[in-house]
Amino acid sequence: MLTETLTNNHNEHEEHHDGSTNSVFGFWIYILSDCVLFATLFAGYTVLHNNIYGGPSAKELFSMPFVLTETFILLTSSFTYGLAMLASHKKNKSQVLLWLFITFLLGLSFVGMEIHEFSTLIEEGNSFSRSAFLSSFFTLVGTHGLHVTSGLIWMVSLMAQVMKHGVITKTQTKLACLSLFWHFLDIVWIFVFTIVYLMGAI
Amino acid sequence: MFGKLTLDAFPHEPIIIGAAIFMALSALSIVGVLFYFKKWKWLWTDWITSVDHKKIGIMYIILAFIMLFRGFTDAVMMRSHLALSVGSSHGYLPPEHYDQVFTAHGVIMIFFMAMPFMFGLLNLIVPLQIGARDVAFPFLNSFSFWLTAVGMVLVNMSLVLGEFAATGWLAYPPLSELAYSPGVGVDYYIWSLQISGLGTLLSGINFFITILKMRCPGMNLMRMPIFTWTALCSMILVIIAFPVLTVTLAMLGLDRYLDMHFFTTSFGGNQMMYVNLIWAWGHPEVYILILPAFGIFSEVVATFSKKRIFGYVTMVWATAIITVLSFIVWLHHFFTMGAGANVNAFFGIATMIISIPTGVKVFNWLFTMYRGRITFSVPMLWTIGFLITFTVGGMTGVLMSIPGADFQLHNSLFLVAHFHNTIIGGVAFGYFAGFTYWFPKAFGFKLNERLGKCAFWCWLVGFYVAFIPLYALGLMGMTRRLNHYDAAPGWHPLLIVAAIGTAIVAIGILFQFAQIAYSILKKESSQDTTGDPWDGRTLEWSISSPPPFYNFAITPHADDIDAFWDQKINNKISKEKPHYEDIHMPRNTGMGFIIAFTIFIIGFALIWHINWLAIFGLVATIVCVIKRSFDYDTDYYVKAAEVEKIESEFSSRKK
Repeated sequence: MLTETLTNNHNEHEEHHDGSTNSVFGFWIYILSDCVLFATLFAGYTVLHNNIYGGPSAKELFSMPFVLTETFILLTSSFTYGLAMLASHKKNKSQVLLWLFITFLLGLSFVGMEIHEFSTLIEEGNSFSRSAFLSSFFTLVGTHGLHVTSGLIWMVSLMAQVMKHGVITKTQTKLACLSLFWHFLDIVWIFVFTIVYLMGAI
Repeated sequence: MFGKLTLDAFPHEPIIIGAAIFMALSALSIVGVLFYFKKWKWLWTDWITSVDHKKIGIMYIILAFIMLFRGFTDAVMMRSHLALSVGSSHGYLPPEHYDQVFTAHGVIMIFFMAMPFMFGLLNLIVPLQIGARDVAFPFLNSFSFWLTAVGMVLVNMSLVLGEFAATGWLAYPPLSELAYSPGVGVDYYIWSLQISGLGTLLSGINFFITILKMRCPGMNLMRMPIFTWTALCSMILVIIAFPVLTVTLAMLGLDRYLDMHFFTTSFGGNQMMYVNLIWAWGHPEVYILILPAFGIFSEVVATFSKKRIFGYVTMVWATAIITVLSFIVWLHHFFTMGAGANVNAFFGIATMIISIPTGVKVFNWLFTMYRGRITFSVPMLWTIGFLITFTVGGMTGVLMSIPGADFQLHNSLFLVAHFHNTIIGGVAFGYFAGFTYWFPKAFGFKLNERLGKCAFWCWLVGFYVAFIPLYALGLMGMTRRLNHYDAAPGWHPLLIVAAIGTAIVAIGILFQFAQIAYSILKKESSQDTTGDPWDGRTLEWSISSPPPFYNFAITPHADDIDAFWDQKINNKISKEKPHYEDIHMPRNTGMGFIIAFTIFIIGFALIWHINWLAIFGLVATIVCVIKRSFDYDTDYYVKAAEVEKIESEFSSRKK
């Protein structure tokens, strides 16, 4: 549906140089390269996750209820972003802003919880310098967190742009790109949740 | 306040002071010339802020030539040092300096000579070959270029300020870890590659979309010129391989900066993972470089044989197969690691299989020449030189793909000879062919043929004199990266021969610079008024040289693989005055340059551990990116009347 809308918009502006379909397609390809980036980090984690060097293992460290809450917050934020996209198809500016704001709050609390988790680990003496396993854990999960953080900064900037210009083709294209990014981070988190936390708990 | 940056970082060795003075003088003279001729505004409005793919392409190629000079100076130093450093004599380079020289040579030649040269040619030609008015994301293109330039500035800065890595061009840990390389050299390495690598990735995405989405009507995939095809496959490799490099270098950086333990010798780190990861990027990287060179040869050989390329379809499939296979051979770089016989056998066989599609290509080029009406102009000479040299290099590669043989040849000069055989014979010759071939398109006049031929013969002869002895030395047991050796093994005579070869190549490079200078001086007599100096076959030759900034006044239509040839011989070029329309174009912007500059600040600050400056740079980058994304006025229309004026000037020049 997304691409359909964008294609229709595109036809109205046949001459458009940096066409919106090109932007969205380009962003898909960027997501692909980001996939490879995360795949490499996962590979690193998989190789190193048993190298605990006398430190704690995954099983001793992670609290499942905490991580599950994080997961639900992030999944809900994906849903609310979806609602923002539906509103943008209806060109409903105030609803777009409302849902983006809710998504932003959810994303922010996810990042907050992650910072809390990291700082607790470090306070307990289990920092990224403790073992190769913890290095790879902090790097993998931290990279995801950094992505979410940059998504949040992007979201603020986009909210300001929607406020200024309304829901026009250009802002819709940008909303569509951030939407891809946000859902992508959700999917990556599912893998983090499964491979790092669930498999770690076994 | 200034982190690790103290007075000690400034040069105090005679060779380095000399280099520093040379660089300072060149920079000062450029600045002086710009002031004298009042060219600053011209530089800013016409070049630095330009989003025109042709100008960006030219800037990439200028950068590549500067770095060719720098990287080749390193080569001359190594070869001359080795010719002297035998027995009781220790040459003129102290070991720690020699190690930096061979590291810098590899890094510069791959990342800052070959890569910019490739992106320069891609920028110049791909949009023209597919009948497009620009790349898909012109602003991003400018940003990518400036990121590459930032990486280049950092590498050159290391020559004067501090040191460069002394680890070899891939910076294997544990040597590259903080414990064994406590200086800033490896940090220079990490950040210059991270920043230019980001530029490469963005360019990869940009050209991928450009080729897939911006082809002119009629040009379906199987009508794309081979150069565009190879560019597409090379960009696919960039998109998949470069994130791996980013992660690998980031892990090494985290080890060094935050005391992590990915590759350390203790705390459970795993150095073999680094070697695997870096080659999972590194092997596709060599195909990223060679595929576009294959494309250039295909264009050149068809044009100068006056024949359609032989076996177009097999050429495309061979390219595609190489693209896929390049991801499953990385382990052949370290058979000796001990992955086991079965694993080594798999990667050995996969490596041998790659030579099949490559062989298909070689035969296609030969059959294109067969019964062709061949003109031996300079691009064609490079092509024939390539065919012979690259085939030799490829065969020595197949030799080493046998794990058992590799255990003997690993890290020997045989290996050094092999990869120079393919990279100089393939990549460098290819880009020089492309440079000579497309030079008239970019600048509107031809390069001098006689000087070009002198350059070619010096390069070819010099190459063999310099590298064939290395094969022998490798078999005699000489390992790479030695800076001193005994007289007993009898290596000295061969190393003297290799040094002579390097001197011959140096003369070739001097001829190349002379060729450019002479051709610029004499450009009035070698003007290309037709836009089609070689009787070309593809669409880039259908427009004026240099092309107008909007490329095509009327969007072309491709009915054949050789779209322009087809128009010429079937009289499809309309004699009537066409009806011009307004053309939509992107606006120039300095933001690409500015954001790259803020990223330069981050890189510099991190190398020297100046934390406040790094944070300042990061904030500045974010602010600039957001500022750019608030700019909605990024394009404009060229009026039809202006297009008509430019086009009629061209057609009157033609007559």
